[in-house]
Amino acid sequence: MNARAVESKFSQRAGKSRATTLEGTEVAEWQLRLYVAGQTVKSMAAFDNLKRVCETHLAGRYTIEVVDLLVNPRLAAGDQILAVPTLVRKFPEPIRKIIGDLSNEERVLVGLDVLPLR
Amino acid sequence: MARQEKSIARQSAPAPIGLPKAPTGIQGLDEITEGGFPLGRPTLICGAAGSGKTMLAAEFLVHGALEYGEPGVFMMFEESAEELAQNLRSLGVDLDRLRKQKKIAVDHVHIERNEIQETGEYDLEGLFIRLGHAIDSIGAKRVVLDTIEALFSGLPNHAVLRAELRRLFRWLKDRGVTAVITGERGEQSLTRYGLEEYVADCVILLDHRIVDQVSTRRLRVVKYRGTAHGTNEYPFLIAANGISVLPITSMRLDHPASTERVSTGISGLDDMLGGAGLYRGSSALVSGAPGTGKSSTGASFVDAACRRGERALLFAYEESSRQLLRNMGSIGLDLARWQAQGLLHIDASRPTLHGLEQHLVHMYELVRRLNPSVVVVDPISNFTLDKDDRSLKPTLMRLIDYLKQQGVTALFTSLTSDASADVAESQVGVSSLMDTWILLSNVAGNGERTRTLQVLKSRGMPHSHQVREFLMSDHGVGLVDVYLSGDRVLTGTARISQVAQEEAASDLRRRDHERRFNELASHRKAIDAQIAALEAQASERVGAVEFAIERERLQAEGVNARARAIARSRDVPPPRAVAPKPESGRTTRRRSAK
Repeated sequence: MNARAVESKFSQRAGKSRATTLEGTEVAEWQLRLYVAGQTVKSMAAFDNLKRVCETHLAGRYTIEVVDLLVNPRLAAGDQILAVPTLVRKFPEPIRKIIGDLSNEERVLVGLDVLPLR
Repeated sequence: MARQEKSIARQSAPAPIGLPKAPTGIQGLDEITEGGFPLGRPTLICGAAGSGKTMLAAEFLVHGALEYGEPGVFMMFEESAEELAQNLRSLGVDLDRLRKQKKIAVDHVHIERNEIQETGEYDLEGLFIRLGHAIDSIGAKRVVLDTIEALFSGLPNHAVLRAELRRLFRWLKDRGVTAVITGERGEQSLTRYGLEEYVADCVILLDHRIVDQVSTRRLRVVKYRGTAHGTNEYPFLIAANGISVLPITSMRLDHPASTERVSTGISGLDDMLGGAGLYRGSSALVSGAPGTGKSSTGASFVDAACRRGERALLFAYEESSRQLLRNMGSIGLDLARWQAQGLLHIDASRPTLHGLEQHLVHMYELVRRLNPSVVVVDPISNFTLDKDDRSLKPTLMRLIDYLKQQGVTALFTSLTSDASADVAESQVGVSSLMDTWILLSNVAGNGERTRTLQVLKSRGMPHSHQVREFLMSDHGVGLVDVYLSGDRVLTGTARISQVAQEEAASDLRRRDHERRFNELASHRKAIDAQIAALEAQASERVGAVEFAIERERLQAEGVNARARAIARSRDVPPPRAVAPKPESGRTTRRRSAK
């Protein structure tokens, strides 16, 4: 798969949805999308937790797109979002979802199917 | 029921009292719930798989969108939008068009348990946002959640889910949408996950029961906070045009009574029924053994109605429509032309197709749609396989009540067994409901079998108590007087020979009378001749007497004349001795005067 093309598409989307994008150095090997509903404590915690996990285990190999459903409610149906916050692993496939504030690092890694570096 | 009706009347009034309601538009359900589901509140519909929950919810939404100007959101957790569209298409609803017209929004919520991992705290704000977005996008007033319980299998943390559901129903109330939530029937509770805990305003239970291998759908309003409602179990039907609930259990007898009479189509029978036939809006039962002409009586009745230009509805539970037309053609009843003119509708089906009550819903539905003036059910005895079915009577009572309320004249045929002892017994159940009971029976004797007809009862009219012979010819059915000879009823050949005998006897009598008249005439002639002879004799004697008198007078005159001549010659007065002269003179005068 042409990872670069995917990456550029993501950036575009992210720009539209006013999401924060953290780009990897070369190719986004892990493309993640975090659905939140407003700047709540839970969503902030989820974002912080996710960033920490990614920085620890996937440094430089990931992109995170944050979708605020209060701004873009339309997008909730696309990924079948019910719970917030929900983290969706868009790439590599298959799609995986992790719901909750991602406070349990181990389960996040299991959910994302990432081999811990430690 | 009285209260129900009152409240329906109240509903149409400009200022409704009590709980505001959102009409479902489903036949009968609005009557049971006295106007619909509670407006702006959630309603729970629970039932086992295949009991029609989704259909009911979808109809609520579609009717709202099409008839009451209330757009709706259908959020489904099990079916996809495509599947729902297909289901609705079978009811003649184009979901895609409704979606384009922004009358209905559809959102399919799908969760795969195995692709979800749970870490830490979360809530279902995503669901709220999706629902809120769908509601806002079309300005929805109605929401259906079908079946939200699917979330319980999708999300592992039930504590969170329950808290969120509670919040969701609160939120729906706050938004003022009328929501319908469906739930699967649980073992102990109404729903598997106890949704009734959260939705407490109105709970409707759907049931799909199978008795004797025949299924009947039933609906019951378990709970309806803040309003009166029908509490019985009501049978309902998912027909070609959607759900139809049968609310009538009217135990009041307040139907109008018409004095108009309608012909039964059999002139002899009309004569037996006070000369005019049945009352319009009354019910008649025609019972009889197999082959006594029940269906023909029914067909004649239908034929007569169509002849008057009225619409008729015939439920055939033994013959197919074509078979019936052919068979009735053989006795000269051309029902096909009425069918072609749209006056006659024949609904032929196997009685075991539905349960008894479902049949009733179906009939009710057809009567409502076609609005006939005459209904024939042929036969009612086939409705139930179980002879001792207790529900036949109440079901028929409902049907008769309904038909009477509509002013429909109904004729029911009923099969009885051949043994005469059973006839009255098996009919007791339903015959008391009927205004007129006509019994057809076979009389066997003299090596033949004859159909007879008698009117066992007919309320409110003088009717014949005689047994008539029932004849079927190629130009319809007719009645002939039967002969009562001693204690025997003469029918068929016996009747014909009796007729011949009587005719011969009367011929003989006629000849006898003629002969006696002739005899009398000749006697008279003889007397006349005698009279003439006697008269001739009498006049003969008169002549003789007159002749003798004349002769005597002439002799006397001669004597007198001689005496006078002698006196004159001697010039002496005539002798005084001739005293009797004046007498004889008087006689002479009288004679001359004569």
